[in-house]
Amino acid sequence: MMDKDSQQPFDVLVIGAGPAGMAAAVRAAERGGRVGIVDDNPNCGGQIWRGAEDDHGQEATAWSSRLRNADITKLFGMRVFHQPETGVLLAEGTDDVCELRYTNLVLATGARERFLPFPGWTLPNVMGAGGLQAMVKSGLPVRGKRVVVAGTGPLLLAVAAYLRKQGAEIPIICEQASWSSLARFGVGLLGRPGKITQGLQLKKELAEIPFAANSWPIGAHGGQVLESVTISRGGKTEVIACDFLACGFHLVPNVELQSLLGCQISGGFVQVDEFQQTSVQRVFCAGEPTGIGGVELALVEGQIAGLAAVGEKNAAQKLFGERRESHRFARMLDRAFRLRPELRSLPSAETIVCRCEDVPYSRLQEHRSWRAAKLHSRCGMGPCQGRVCGPATQFLFQWNPDSVRPPVFPARVGSLGRVVSGL
Amino acid sequence: MLKMQCAKPIRKRLRKRNIKRSRVPLSKTSSVIFAPSADLTTEGKEEFAVLRGFHFKLDRAVMVPVQRHWILSTLSVELGKDRIGARGYALRDGMNAATYDVVIVGAGIVGAACADECARRGMRVAVVDREMVGSGATAAGMGHIVVMDDSEAQFALTRYSQQLWQALRRDLPEDVEYDQCGTIWVAADEEEMAEVRRKHDYYAQRGVPTLVVDSEALQRLEPNLRDGMAGGLLVAEDAVLYPPCAARFLMERAQELGAQLQLGAPVTQIGEGRVRLSDGVEIAGGMVVNAAGAWAPELTRGMEIKKRKGHLVITDRYPGFLRHQLVELGYLKSAHSVTSDSVAFNVQPRRTGQILIGSSRQYGAEHGEVDQAMLTRMLRRAQEYMPGLGQMSAVRTWTGFRAATPDKLPLIGPWPGDKSLFLATGHEGLGITTSLASARILVDQITGAKPEIPIEPYLPSRAVKEVAHA
Repeated sequence: MMDKDSQQPFDVLVIGAGPAGMAAAVRAAERGGRVGIVDDNPNCGGQIWRGAEDDHGQEATAWSSRLRNADITKLFGMRVFHQPETGVLLAEGTDDVCELRYTNLVLATGARERFLPFPGWTLPNVMGAGGLQAMVKSGLPVRGKRVVVAGTGPLLLAVAAYLRKQGAEIPIICEQASWSSLARFGVGLLGRPGKITQGLQLKKELAEIPFAANSWPIGAHGGQVLESVTISRGGKTEVIACDFLACGFHLVPNVELQSLLGCQISGGFVQVDEFQQTSVQRVFCAGEPTGIGGVELALVEGQIAGLAAVGEKNAAQKLFGERRESHRFARMLDRAFRLRPELRSLPSAETIVCRCEDVPYSRLQEHRSWRAAKLHSRCGMGPCQGRVCGPATQFLFQWNPDSVRPPVFPARVGSLGRVVSGL
Repeated sequence: MLKMQCAKPIRKRLRKRNIKRSRVPLSKTSSVIFAPSADLTTEGKEEFAVLRGFHFKLDRAVMVPVQRHWILSTLSVELGKDRIGARGYALRDGMNAATYDVVIVGAGIVGAACADECARRGMRVAVVDREMVGSGATAAGMGHIVVMDDSEAQFALTRYSQQLWQALRRDLPEDVEYDQCGTIWVAADEEEMAEVRRKHDYYAQRGVPTLVVDSEALQRLEPNLRDGMAGGLLVAEDAVLYPPCAARFLMERAQELGAQLQLGAPVTQIGEGRVRLSDGVEIAGGMVVNAAGAWAPELTRGMEIKKRKGHLVITDRYPGFLRHQLVELGYLKSAHSVTSDSVAFNVQPRRTGQILIGSSRQYGAEHGEVDQAMLTRMLRRAQEYMPGLGQMSAVRTWTGFRAATPDKLPLIGPWPGDKSLFLATGHEGLGITTSLASARILVDQITGAKPEIPIEPYLPSRAVKEVAHA
């Protein structure tokens, strides 16, 4: 077992082992840096390349093997929760905690699904689209089950295709975006051959699944568990019987650690320069936290960050053109799947918005800010630390997020109170 | 926020008059929508309108709470169909054109309690806060309702206030989470056991029921304390609550009695019966109360108050792990030492099953960031007493600033040099406990009523810095 607690700092420490983090770590290590990569999952791949490597195509396999073969200290199953002083992070595993020192840091913390509250969304078997996919990957059987896939974003299609492959019946995919914005997105894709092939592959798998734009869930029903879902489809409502509702409203970036470190964040995204460096010197950021753009953008940003972090600015610059391409795709994504204002009126007075603390919509309406709501209703004060209800209330009430304090993730009292050497 | 200006001649006229008694004639123009629930009465021959304690909307849908006895000058009224009108001037959130008996700066638990007390005694009250209700030390504190015996005066105030809380208990809504869990002062060794017995005698003489528990009994009461504690003192009437909601409860009660609240309004200057907001608007009151906690000295120079930073940590839910508030007896030796940074073991069970872990005290720290060295000391101290805490999941940490005075007693009463200025600050770590009693004796002083406890130890005149006279 390597000495995780080594006092010698990593030249480059990468947080997050999804595509962006893998690319950053690999490129930095290939240039001879002393590199470490941390992820709270037991394996690399992040959310998008979760599970068996060969499921995700050549690119995933290639990066996984490069990561495996490079001289990189891999700290999987460890979750970074605190920076007790500049240049030192604390990470916790199932039964240990370690200090990680760095000279350069690459934050590739990825994104999570956005959930919006609607009546019944807390019923068992109403799940996040990505969440359900992850559970199926780890063994939840869906063969023969009816799964309504709803919300917004390209993830819905990927999830629907995957679930169908696993034997689920998908009565409908509900996409809240309008046909016209989807059409514009489709036209935009003509400039991206890679995306088209991906799209076509998906299309084959999706051929028999009904797809409805301008539609979204307005209620989930059932006694003990979900039995049916009501959708609004082109202005009419429709009740569909189902066993699962896989529901996600695109993605929100994970920027809590960046915020704790003092990186400038604007409009929800981490601000970076052309070398992916944040407003904090030697702290880089790549992938979804700088803008939701998918795997290709994450890979190129990760490479630039990894190279820049070891001082290889020329090599990094060579990738700028590729990044520009992917940025265009990111902007198209953003425009196509912007949330429609009608979704703000989904929750009823009794709809629970904060699941950790059971706070209904009616108790939030009276407040003027996220902080006031937190203080007086406990919204966002539970173990998820507002990761679910925070983005939802930002959309519902246009509240701004609060400042972030340690621990960035819940951590054991003993870990949080650890004596940090040198302090 | 409404930005219409008060027309000058009218403002002058308003100031000249005694607003409370005036009746202003109405003309017939109309442009204000009146909330249907409001109680509009006319007096005389429909020439006067008096609005009693409800909300009405100025045009552009700005909500303006209207006070009892508040006359709307130059307002024209069309009775029927819920419509009245205003022309010529508008009130900035209902405040600047009116005068108040008392304007309170700070909507923490102390400001809220003062507002409630003033309103209950029939005064017209306005409260301003730069942020929101209960967002400063009130939000940061642990929320204990405890009797303390550091000095005779501290005992008198905490006991009086605890009794006021007990009387209020039935009215407190669920979200205030009032829980009379009791405090156990934990004695680690025989030396501290001697202190337990002294404390017991002290409280017994003053009618506070306490129970001395030995090592075994302590173990039964709190099985998760480490073995080998010498014993402790159980103070059964001590309680905990959730302070932000307690402050809001008091403030809402005051508002029901007509108190006006303006949030998000930073105050730049107070004195001579006026409160000036950062946007230049002035609110006039007969009296001004500085209840701005650790920030009070920024508005009233020469006050001996320092910011004393504290850290807290809260865990996930572990119902049953902890039953009483626990405080180490070393607390008096360490945490209350007036000069140096210190930590003490202090944990509380919350209604939710969560455990609140404190405490730390630091001078000279101006920024709110979590200080790892203090956090480490504090959490290690807690684990020394309750080793099981180490494995618990900590959900959040935060910091806050107590308003500390040199003699550990609050400043409650008139500020020398300005007859219209009163202080209600300097409550250090006992603001939640002593808020109700502080409000009582403050308003007693404002109205000339006889306080139930001697007020001399809390008078601000004792704590005027030399520089103030220079």
